[in-house]
Amino acid sequence: MLRFALRRILQIIPTVIVVALLIFVIFSVVPGSFAASLFSDGRTNADPQLIARITAQFGLDKPLHERFFTYIWDLARFDLGTSFRTRLPVIQMINERMWASLELATAAMVFAIVIGVPLGFLAALRPGSVLDTVTMIGAVSGLSLPQFWLGLLMMLLFALHLNWLPSFGYGDGSFRNLILPAMALGVTPLALLARTTRAGVLDVMNSDFIRTAHAKGMSETAVVRRHVARNALVLIITTVGLQFGSLIGQAVVIEKLFAWPGIGSLLVDSVAIRDIPVVQGTILVIVLWFLVINTLVDLLYAAIDPRIKQE
Amino acid sequence: MRLGFNLLFGGFLTAVVILAGALAPWLAPFDPVLGANLMNAELPPDSEFWFGTDSQGRDVYSRILYGAQISLTVGIVSQVINSVIGVTLGMTAGYWGGWWDDLVNGLTNVMLAIPSLIFALAVMAVLGPGLVSLLIALGLTNWSWTCRIARSSTLSLKSQGYVLAAQSLGYSDLRIMFTQILPNMMGPILVMATLGMGSAVLSEAALSFLGLGIQPPFPSWGSMLTDAREMIQLAPWVAIFPGLAIFLSVLGFNLLGDGLRDSLDPHMRTRKA
Repeated sequence: MLRFALRRILQIIPTVIVVALLIFVIFSVVPGSFAASLFSDGRTNADPQLIARITAQFGLDKPLHERFFTYIWDLARFDLGTSFRTRLPVIQMINERMWASLELATAAMVFAIVIGVPLGFLAALRPGSVLDTVTMIGAVSGLSLPQFWLGLLMMLLFALHLNWLPSFGYGDGSFRNLILPAMALGVTPLALLARTTRAGVLDVMNSDFIRTAHAKGMSETAVVRRHVARNALVLIITTVGLQFGSLIGQAVVIEKLFAWPGIGSLLVDSVAIRDIPVVQGTILVIVLWFLVINTLVDLLYAAIDPRIKQE
Repeated sequence: MRLGFNLLFGGFLTAVVILAGALAPWLAPFDPVLGANLMNAELPPDSEFWFGTDSQGRDVYSRILYGAQISLTVGIVSQVINSVIGVTLGMTAGYWGGWWDDLVNGLTNVMLAIPSLIFALAVMAVLGPGLVSLLIALGLTNWSWTCRIARSSTLSLKSQGYVLAAQSLGYSDLRIMFTQILPNMMGPILVMATLGMGSAVLSEAALSFLGLGIQPPFPSWGSMLTDAREMIQLAPWVAIFPGLAIFLSVLGFNLLGDGLRDSLDPHMRTRKA
């Protein structure tokens, strides 16, 4: 187990380096200089001397390969560079915003698990029933719904009409501010979880060892609890892990809509003002987050299902 | 007969969106961009403006019809790009194996490590907003699953009798790939592309909503929702109808994809029942 864990953790490193290279290359092919675009407002041209000074200050006049090695060397020391706009270290800006994003993603995931998994389970136990049909229609609708639109509608109903919840913002960090964005963000993983849980449980239910369990006279409850739930868990955990990682990607839009002070709204704002170091840094942190969670999931289900380790 | 339902209803919704986009110039009562008239701003739906008007006094119904053109273009073109990239890489990797296979696998894993909306956002940040950038960004984002499917299908098809026969007849590798292997894996690729259209429409809406996609005044469903937050209390129809259009067209693509998969894969059918 330890060797497997170590190997999976070490696998993250090359992926991160390649992703860093990819991000670096993408942002190096930008036409025109960053400094010029940073100061142009579309009407007047920025002072060329100012542009030259900024370019030199951020080391943008050096050759590409030299910049890349500086970039990687800085990364190795957890230095993500300095923001073009605020002149603050990017790592500090991300650190200030990351916890709000984590909070939002976790809340959304909990919401999705608490509702999606039981729904999928119940639907699978009675395939073809009204509950099953409604759940599956709900799930495909949930997957087709733009989350930010659902967020807008909930904002309209729960915040503006009924006045139950604040319509946007982080407030003092209270739970009430979290409810609407978390529900809007959670609807996609909820739908997906209901679907995969149902499929996973159905799959297990049709397998031979369940027939054997029934044949030896085990009660329905015991079969479900002892065999079905445990075996379906692997699939559910995989889905949760994958979704949790991509949630922080999807959160970008929800954070923007609800003015949530997370890493996603930082990314969008930085893209809009072309603050490239911040854009690069946030993307890298999001990817790292995604990889760490996936690795944790791999380790978790290797612990649940010993067959996986051997592959 | 739920399988038939998915295919039929999904096909119906998709057909409606295609017709709306194609016939927009004839169906739309007003010009989607130039029809602005501040005298008519924020009117609720009535017999003249079926879905009401926006803050510029433009007819929301007409803008939604024209918006279908953008959503369809983005959905279809980006998925064609994705499929071409995914199939080319996956099929050659599976067929040739060796270092090329390792390289493609590595690239696929890296792409899967980046959430697709984030990658699209990065590309948009570099290329700047607009339709062409959107097509490139979304066309480069979602090919990894297609690539994986193409690769594994190729691996299993490679040892089939007819492929071996083609090899012993001295067919070139490319000819074998395109005439023997590709036709036999079109099913799953088509399903992936259809489902991908739905997610491309969602991504386009999200990026345009953030102000990074289609720019106003052009009528994209996502950018129509951008101002909706500010005016949602006074003019909720501005938020409701474009979102409904996104929802129904994505639902159409998703049901169509599910339906296609169910009817192309008999194994799924027995398992689901």
